[in-house]
Amino acid sequence: MVTASWYLILAAGLFTIGAVGLLVRRNPLIMFMCVELMLNAVNLTFITFGRELGDIGGQVSVFFVLVVAAAEVVVGLAIVVAINRRRPRATADDLSVLRG
Amino acid sequence: METAVFIVCAAIVLAGALGVVLVRNPVHAALSLVGTLFGMAVLFLNLEAHFLAAVQIIVYAGAIVVLFLFVIMLLGVDRLEDLSVEPITGQRALAAIVGLGTFGLAAAFLATSDIGVPGQEALTGPVAGQYSNLRQIADVLFTDYVYAFEATAALLTISVVGAVVMSRRMVRSHDAAEPETAKDD
Repeated sequence: MVTASWYLILAAGLFTIGAVGLLVRRNPLIMFMCVELMLNAVNLTFITFGRELGDIGGQVSVFFVLVVAAAEVVVGLAIVVAINRRRPRATADDLSVLRG
Repeated sequence: METAVFIVCAAIVLAGALGVVLVRNPVHAALSLVGTLFGMAVLFLNLEAHFLAAVQIIVYAGAIVVLFLFVIMLLGVDRLEDLSVEPITGQRALAAIVGLGTFGLAAAFLATSDIGVPGQEALTGPVAGQYSNLRQIADVLFTDYVYAFEATAALLTISVVGAVVMSRRMVRSHDAAEPETAKDD
């Protein structure tokens, strides 16, 4: 029998992979994909807790996370396109002009 | 049955996630992300979240990953990266420590807690009621969360307008006279 802890540990593992990938990789597109992995791990946590606690609010929260993720990807990829037009093949390390 | 589905889907999810982080080609990373998202959708079905499983497929695999692939092809960055060099010295060791800490703390908490899940039962409404999953979500979404729902409409509109503003070519007034093809690099 699969308990909720299995799902939560899987979500923790997925979140960890996403976080480590976000820290390690330097391609902005890959970094965005790692953010998506982390958001999916949080979604799995929400739904697991929602089922365990008998609360539909968990699934509603996932709905909002999905909307915010879609908006985030749209804006983020627009920024990537705009930066690549100005500086082709820039990695995250090349974009240090905002550093204080 | 639920156990078998969970094990298979967990393997797919973790393999896809590792693929996103480890492969050198961005296109392959996007396809690994599709595998992760499909496995996650089946896990949502396993958890009786039917509506969100469908939305996961449509929005994530159908829209977001296609958008990723479209940008990869548009920018022409579908080349292999060199992952052998470390951009910042010691960064990967520190990232491994952060990862072990994140996973270790969460797993240790779950392993040591007696009850599976702490929390309070059913704040808004029961999951397994007489209505379908979709109707339950809609009931809560359009009553308790209706202002948040309206705010997401505004958020999506703003993000689309922002994407159009950022991604179009800036034509300043003093170089508007030069031909358009000259800037088409």
